[in-house]
Amino acid sequence: MIDYQNFVNDKIKQVKPSGIRKFFDIAVEMDNVISLSIGEPDFQTPWHIRQAGINSLEKGKTWYSPNRGFIELRREIVNYYKRRFNVSYNADTDVLVTVGGSEAIDLVLRTLIEKGDEVLIPQPAFVCYEPLTYMAGGIPVTIETKVENNFKLTKDELEKAVTNKTKLLILPYPNNPTGAIMEREDLEAICDVIIKNDLMVVSDEIYAELTYGGKKHISIAEIDGMKDRTVVISGFSKAFAMTGWRLGYALGPSEIIKQITKLHQYGIMSSPTTAQYAAIEALRNGDNDVAEMKSDYDIRRRLIVGSLNEIGLKCFEPLGAFYTFPCIKSTGLSSDEFATRLVKEKHVAVVPGNAFGECGEGFVRISYAQSLKNIKKALKLIEEFVEEIQNGSKG
Amino acid sequence: MDKLLEILSENSSFTPKELALMLGEPEDYINAQIKEYEQSGVIKGYQAIVDWEKVPDAGVTAIIELKVTPKKETGFDEVAKRIMAFEEVTSMYLMAGQFDFSVMVKGETMQDVASFVARKISCVDGVIATATHFMLKTYKLGGMSFVDDEEPDGRSMVL
Repeated sequence: MIDYQNFVNDKIKQVKPSGIRKFFDIAVEMDNVISLSIGEPDFQTPWHIRQAGINSLEKGKTWYSPNRGFIELRREIVNYYKRRFNVSYNADTDVLVTVGGSEAIDLVLRTLIEKGDEVLIPQPAFVCYEPLTYMAGGIPVTIETKVENNFKLTKDELEKAVTNKTKLLILPYPNNPTGAIMEREDLEAICDVIIKNDLMVVSDEIYAELTYGGKKHISIAEIDGMKDRTVVISGFSKAFAMTGWRLGYALGPSEIIKQITKLHQYGIMSSPTTAQYAAIEALRNGDNDVAEMKSDYDIRRRLIVGSLNEIGLKCFEPLGAFYTFPCIKSTGLSSDEFATRLVKEKHVAVVPGNAFGECGEGFVRISYAQSLKNIKKALKLIEEFVEEIQNGSKG
Repeated sequence: MDKLLEILSENSSFTPKELALMLGEPEDYINAQIKEYEQSGVIKGYQAIVDWEKVPDAGVTAIIELKVTPKKETGFDEVAKRIMAFEEVTSMYLMAGQFDFSVMVKGETMQDVASFVARKISCVDGVIATATHFMLKTYKLGGMSFVDDEEPDGRSMVL
């Protein structure tokens, strides 16, 4: 009998599976569950974008693309970042097209981190940064962002976390799971600390198109002196509802892009060809689709935030992504208990906040990438659930 | 398009309070808007979308194409008014193309509808030809799918 534990790398054994999955798995087992736990758009990819992918297949374009991605796509990405976020890049040297934003995050971390380097990760945050940092040999240093600061990263918090081993800051805004955004003045405040301590920034801007309340996403790369020390990560999944196409990109200083391209080249070779043709169409003719989806998300966002506050689950106003992050402490339950009981008793799935870092305890993530009809139903059920807990009928 | 109308036309069961939240407007304003739409006739009414196939003895529906001779002074409207006055007629449109009116008729049996067409509609002054089409199955109505075996939400939790 082979003892596989002897073959498996010690580090990967230490990595825990994602805490989000558990609740999805429970939900899948049950009938009639309304899932507000999923982190992807409920919209399908707009038809003209799908059509562009289909056309490329009909024409037989089924080969590898260049390692960095098709130059047409890289040019469109560069145009898009200039048009939407006012940052200029060179399509020949500053862009790598990757298999989702996730691959880009992994590549950048593995390329930049040396053993023992500290990587600052504001939390609550998407679950991949810590394990990927750890696997790359770095030391993840989490920074607790606070609800009273609308889950923004403050200058003070950043300053306290920096040591002489700090190399990198991961900046995950607009934020999954909190829906927080960083505005220009918030970014300017932390840039001083970043420059003074000679840090690099990995800015995960995958939700950049989804901001509300008249706020436009500001890329940290746009702030004076920051473009040269920032790698921007983004992709097509959230803005264009293209999650399954698996296409993202990294934008950054040419020297870094050159290095991460080697990893991409040997590990992946090139990103999916069909997806790249679809993405070119998305960037050329997809602005209206994005605006329409965003307008629908906004209506749902307002309904869900207003209703949660009335139910007594206090919810700061999320201005980005498609998540709300209400505080559930008033129920006296832990995040895990709340989510488990809600799905079992009311068939509504949400994700416990502590899946996104310990400081998420006391909160749950509720996604509004779900139809209005289902959101309305789910809110009614959440209201009943909270009332029953407060009346102690099931407690 | 007006967002309020867009939402209500898809689902009129949202309360003014919910609509106020969704649109970021005060509840009073929403109430006033709805009242104005109702009074000016932009909003004609509120109905449930019923799948009659699931209701026993719910009867049959037919779409009748009508060719008519328009009147000299009043055009199609006068003929339309006579036809729409029958309570069996649930909706009626003036069409461009091969025929003039499309009239939706409800009756208890196919025989009822057939005799309604023969005895009532055909006799209306100006009507020159009719073609009756019985509806067999509803797939979609009022933006709602009536097909039960809809594909489930194909999204999975990946992280």
